[in-house]
Amino acid sequence: MKLLVKGARVVDPASGRDGPGDVAVVDGRIVASMPGKPDRVLDAKGLVVAPGLIDLAARLREPGYEYKATLESEMDAAVAGGVTSLACPPDTDPPLDEPGLVDMLRRRAKALERARVYPVGALTVKLEGRQLTEMAELAEAGCVAFSQANAPVADTEVLWRALQYAATFGFPVWLRAEDPWLAKGGVAHDGDVATRLGLAGIPAFAETVALATLLELVRATGARVHVCRLSSAAGVALLRRARHDGLPVTCDVGVHHVHLSEMDLGFFDAQCRLQPPLRSARDRDALAAGLADGTIDCIVSDHTPVDEDAKLLPFAEAEPGATGLELLLPLTLKWGVQAKLTLAQTLARVTSAPAGVLGVDSGRIAPGAPADLVMFDPQAPFRVDARALRSQGKNSPFLGLQLAGRVRATVVAGKVVYET
Amino acid sequence: MPRNPQLNASGELQHLLSIEGLPRELLIKILDTAESFAGVTERDIKKVPLLRGKSVFNLFFEGSTRTRTTFEIAAKRLSADVINLNVAASSTAKGESLLDTVANLSAMQADIFVVRHGSSGAPYLVAQHVKPHEHVINAGDGRHAHPTQGLLDLYTIRHYKKDFSGLAVAIVGDVLHSRVARSLIHGLTTLGVPEVRVIGPQTLIPAGAQGLGVRVYHSMREGLKDADVVVMLRLQNERMSGALLPSAQEFNKHYGLTAEKLALARPDAIVMHPGPMNRGVEIDSSVADGPHSVILPQVTFGIAVRMAVMSMVAGGG
Repeated sequence: MKLLVKGARVVDPASGRDGPGDVAVVDGRIVASMPGKPDRVLDAKGLVVAPGLIDLAARLREPGYEYKATLESEMDAAVAGGVTSLACPPDTDPPLDEPGLVDMLRRRAKALERARVYPVGALTVKLEGRQLTEMAELAEAGCVAFSQANAPVADTEVLWRALQYAATFGFPVWLRAEDPWLAKGGVAHDGDVATRLGLAGIPAFAETVALATLLELVRATGARVHVCRLSSAAGVALLRRARHDGLPVTCDVGVHHVHLSEMDLGFFDAQCRLQPPLRSARDRDALAAGLADGTIDCIVSDHTPVDEDAKLLPFAEAEPGATGLELLLPLTLKWGVQAKLTLAQTLARVTSAPAGVLGVDSGRIAPGAPADLVMFDPQAPFRVDARALRSQGKNSPFLGLQLAGRVRATVVAGKVVYET
Repeated sequence: MPRNPQLNASGELQHLLSIEGLPRELLIKILDTAESFAGVTERDIKKVPLLRGKSVFNLFFEGSTRTRTTFEIAAKRLSADVINLNVAASSTAKGESLLDTVANLSAMQADIFVVRHGSSGAPYLVAQHVKPHEHVINAGDGRHAHPTQGLLDLYTIRHYKKDFSGLAVAIVGDVLHSRVARSLIHGLTTLGVPEVRVIGPQTLIPAGAQGLGVRVYHSMREGLKDADVVVMLRLQNERMSGALLPSAQEFNKHYGLTAEKLALARPDAIVMHPGPMNRGVEIDSSVADGPHSVILPQVTFGIAVRMAVMSMVAGGG
């Protein structure tokens, strides 16, 4: 199978390339030039062609939460959003703590022939923070890293041992930094808005206390840790220092946290109930700046489809999370424009940088690389409309708003898996 | 942010969800209307026909005797039909959602929902989903707001002090968990009270309390000095000993209102409490029953204030 993407503006964040050109694909990989006649030509006139997006946090809700979303619906959403690879956190039911579950998930995902799915295994059994999972077995079954999703490891010794054990085998560990005691019962940033609305708060230092502990354990164990969903200015500052010290840590931020703050809670808008909570405007600005200066490596959708009833509840009782796969590209572009970055610099946060964290050879447009591509119109309006979203989760703080950036086609391993 | 959901397009009261965001003129109008009802409650025949034929549903997802009773009395004095639902013990226990409960009652032709709920913001959710002719009155939601209590506190202060412009009001105790404090603070700052103070240990003062327009004190001696109004907050039993406070005794020693501490306030200071009181914890009996106390008149005023709110949201048409 030979595919030619013709007349595009080719943007490759890994090399910094941004200019007119074609992308030639033979048998699922990018080649320097098309040998002979292509089987299919995609006309990309006026469109950007970039590496497909790599999302380090997208919940597919299987197994166990099929009433919130199914693999079919969410894999459709992924490719409609230009996401060609995604890592799914282990907070399914049961959690991804057994090789059989991981194997089944991978097979089901592969059979759908949409995006590539990289399961993240549970770091502890049932995500309970007590007993380590059989990480080596899980890695053999296809887990690319180990995580607790939003569940804590309250016992610091277990955390230390888990990092030691993972470091023994060189497995990456992806963790959120949140002290479970300081966050207990909290539903919003412990600041002006929570005080006014009478919502139980989670202080910013719930993040820095846990992050300081985590960074010390990284220092002690040499584990490769990826810090997930940073949420505070103080957290960004801590991480900046750690990276300056040469610690082997990488980091991501949820795309909603780059744009929204506690002010967006308005009159108890349950769509803004997220984990971690939306913090102050100052925190949001620090996250956007940390992303621009490279302290934060990646933007993730933190895609969390929630059924409608679970959001039609008083704020504290509503289920946290937002749908994100289909908003990742337009919201990333919006951040890039605000940060005055080039398109290549902007897209690096959702392509080459997460590819580096995952250790995969996609996320770039170069001969030999997997032909995972997105074709999009960066200026075309994208109205966030519940009916138009392919994800089963219609939960978004951006519902009804207009963004810019529409995906026109998505290619995975040289196959067109989405086009419009 | 969406338009203030409490007001209709012409700026009139559609629901009462929070004192925050209500314009000064509207607050004054509520207090004036309440004053006109105060006479009714003292008459032999304590009824006016303003809400005749209307149905008021008291929807209490959280236990309360006093607030529910005063709403019931107020509605009856306006000639409305009152239906009391102790939802905590019925539908939610069977797993029915808040909005389903409301939809069912709405099908029974409700005009006013008086909602108390343990979760902050629950009445907003209800208000977003009721029909245009239905009105929601917040009777206390989580830590967020208790606007009719705030209004009756404002009424009481105006009754005794006549004017808000020169006052120092001290609110004492568990501000962190208090919807009463939040509602009163918004009312006082909107009505131009120059000095609103909150007094309590750091553990009971919310983050960024200054953002509400108050001065924060940790010492009763400093905070009560020359206060015109002292509002004592109820300390919930479960908060008396644990990570927030070591013991009720120690709280009483430092933050309980005694005659001796009250002497720091102005000689004509009034003492208020939203009830129910923990005598010997946040307030001593000598003060609660003493000459400065206006705690029982607060309860009486509460009926007139609730009549005013109900007639203003639903009595127009």
